[in-house]
Amino acid sequence: MAQSESTTVAGSRMVAARARFFGPSARQKLLAFASLIVLLVFFSIASPDFMQVDNIIGIFQATAVNGVLAIACTFVIITGGIDLSVGTLMTFCAVMAGVFLTYWHLPMWTGVLAAMATGALSGGISGTLTAKMKIPPFIATLGMMMLLKGLSLVVSGTKPIYFSDTENFPVISQDSLIGLVFPGLPIPNAVLILFVLSVLSSLVLNRTALGRYTFALGSNEEAARLSGVNVDRWKIIIYALGGAICGIAGLIIASRLNSAQPALGQGYELDAIAAVVIGGTSLSGGTGTVLGTIIGAFIMSVLTNGLRIMSVAQEWQVVVTGVIIILAVYADIIRRKRT
Amino acid sequence: MAPLIAVQNLSKSFPGVRALSHVQFDLLPGEVHALMGENGAGKSTLMKILAGVYRKDSGEILYNGEPIHFESPREAQAVGIGIIHQELHLMNHLTVAQNIFIGREPRGRMGILLDEDKLNRQARQLLDHMRLNLDPRTVVGGLTVAKQQMVEIAKALSFNSRVLIMDEPTAALNNAEIAELFKMIRELKARGVGIVYISHKMDELKQISDRVTILRDGEYVATVPTASTSVDAIIGMMVGRKLEEVVRTHASGHDGELALEVRNLNCGPLCKDVSFSLRRGEILGFAGLMGAGRTEVARAIFGADKLESGEIVVSGKPARIKTPSDAVAAGIGYLSEDRKRFGLATGMDVESNVVMANMANFLAFRFILKQQKIRATVNSFIKLLNIRTPSATQEVRLLSGGNQQKIVVAKWLARDCDILFFDEPTRGIDIGAKSEIYKLLRSLADQGKAIVMISSELPEILRMSDRIVVMCEGRITGELSPHDATQERIMQLATQRETSKAA
Repeated sequence: MAQSESTTVAGSRMVAARARFFGPSARQKLLAFASLIVLLVFFSIASPDFMQVDNIIGIFQATAVNGVLAIACTFVIITGGIDLSVGTLMTFCAVMAGVFLTYWHLPMWTGVLAAMATGALSGGISGTLTAKMKIPPFIATLGMMMLLKGLSLVVSGTKPIYFSDTENFPVISQDSLIGLVFPGLPIPNAVLILFVLSVLSSLVLNRTALGRYTFALGSNEEAARLSGVNVDRWKIIIYALGGAICGIAGLIIASRLNSAQPALGQGYELDAIAAVVIGGTSLSGGTGTVLGTIIGAFIMSVLTNGLRIMSVAQEWQVVVTGVIIILAVYADIIRRKRT
Repeated sequence: MAPLIAVQNLSKSFPGVRALSHVQFDLLPGEVHALMGENGAGKSTLMKILAGVYRKDSGEILYNGEPIHFESPREAQAVGIGIIHQELHLMNHLTVAQNIFIGREPRGRMGILLDEDKLNRQARQLLDHMRLNLDPRTVVGGLTVAKQQMVEIAKALSFNSRVLIMDEPTAALNNAEIAELFKMIRELKARGVGIVYISHKMDELKQISDRVTILRDGEYVATVPTASTSVDAIIGMMVGRKLEEVVRTHASGHDGELALEVRNLNCGPLCKDVSFSLRRGEILGFAGLMGAGRTEVARAIFGADKLESGEIVVSGKPARIKTPSDAVAAGIGYLSEDRKRFGLATGMDVESNVVMANMANFLAFRFILKQQKIRATVNSFIKLLNIRTPSATQEVRLLSGGNQQKIVVAKWLARDCDILFFDEPTRGIDIGAKSEIYKLLRSLADQGKAIVMISSELPEILRMSDRIVVMCEGRITGELSPHDATQERIMQLATQRETSKAA
């Protein structure tokens, strides 16, 4: 009896260890991953142009910005919050990069860090509004979204800022470090950044105090506070981290366009949130994974790309994306009911 | 007289728990039939099956002689079985009438617009019938809890209920309100309504009930007439087995060392001018009625609520405690009465919860979690406290109440706090786990920790405390040594209002 009990305990430990490796919502990710595969297979059969190296690289590239923004959102959403300002913050960081590099002629890497710091500062403000002033995150970041959109236009004088003085700026996203090491695989750096960032974020989320508190805030903020956790400070830090990641997205997009486009950005936040939700992160907080978010981001860009290759009209592409988001979340709800 | 409800051989299991096993029960018209039993005895399960909230696994339920099988509370309500839950389910922003007839609003001529006049008229009739002096247009959120409860009852009666199930209806009421409720219950009895009454308060049962059915560990024990059965006999049947006696070893070695001194603490209406001291190795019992302010005092000392004034001295040094994290830094831990809301992140696993208060000790470079160390520590606590969980990575919500409580304890042991506030440490956990918690408290005290135990259960207070502080309405009304403490003496202090004290 004791024997069999100890084996089942050991067995469940192994299961638990496996669950830990994949993260707490492993099944949802499997579901998302399976949907991604289904989409890939479907489009490959539907159009011979889909499974071409160039097209696949195009999909990767198209995922980079949304993927990075979605990672920023993942942190905030796991705390049970929301960040609507990621899109316009991205643009604001790009504009500020333009200011730092083109107007102030700062050295490139200083400018890059300063742009990320701008993102962190802005995220920190959102976090302070929620944590200290108790403004609901939806409202706080909605305000920040508009505020930043306006600031981008003000700072840039509503005109694009070109990075013509910073020769190496396009390198950030357009060159291919991977292509250098593996010729024939010209995956642009933007994609490399996305992958490095996902691995790092995943580690932060699962292996650090910050990550643990991110889940704790979303799971039961009051219990965390009564455990002596300085919840306000951690919330501000998490929003600031999200902001810094938006700064990275801003640099990627600025580098790709070799300019900061101040009118860009609004609408990106909803794509990012959609990717997070498709990836199985619950909007009520407490659960979520970076891997899921990345898969979610890929599902969205594969859809867009595949439908375009099949010559589906653009307006219908948007309709299909909407349907997919609803289906993905519904599938998640059904799964939760069953367990 | 034919019974309204007759239950036979009823069984119900939840994953891992047998909640009810071959239970029988019957209810006569015009009868108040009390259900008694300790936490986890199966009262709530039985009641929820009757009301259609849960479905039975096996057994038979006859209502007016017909077998019934409810799929939802709606069906139960439709045939005349209403339930008043312990937590009221009213919509605070709607009026009394709107609440009573929610989902059944009378429509106007076109069938589109609601007929608000008719709604209020119907509600008025119903309230008059109950002899309740209440305007149906009052917004429910502004009513007292007692009045809200009356609205719930009115709502149940509006379905022409013949059976009314009440789950601890007096938990939040004062004496005058209880009298009002009992008047209503007698009124209903006179009309032939059968009432299933759940309560832990013996004196109430004596006042209001006709018969008592006792359940223990999900099994039927007995049904007895209230009038001819002594309270002791009922308690005897509820408990059944003798509890493992915790030997009272009064702390000796640590006498004299003050761990905590609280002077003139003020924090809201339920913590007025509170002063007490706590020594190492001591269990200080905080007794009082529900709402006497014991939790508020603990929360104030712990920095969970903002202090108005007062002084907190920890180990001889004045402590500035503004937030829970200050309190934790000063070596104070607080185990909340409401584990799920304030104690645990139930969606997270055991190990995340255990290290929650002490993460700093498990970090490399002040940032990266030391997984191995966490796992080892958590596993040692699982062993030490005998926590029944398949692994350290099990989600806490899947564990039983007793095991969840042990995880909260483990959290504070992992933090190695010197001063621990246990707020209702045995609420909602079964008898076996209770005596384990008692043993644990005593051994913590023996190790030199200073312990405050807040409890509403007098036997628990009397058995565990080295000293007893009694509170009433936010003030400390007395301090007793275990030698001269009796239930009567404590109750006397617990009901000693400010006016009578001044006299």
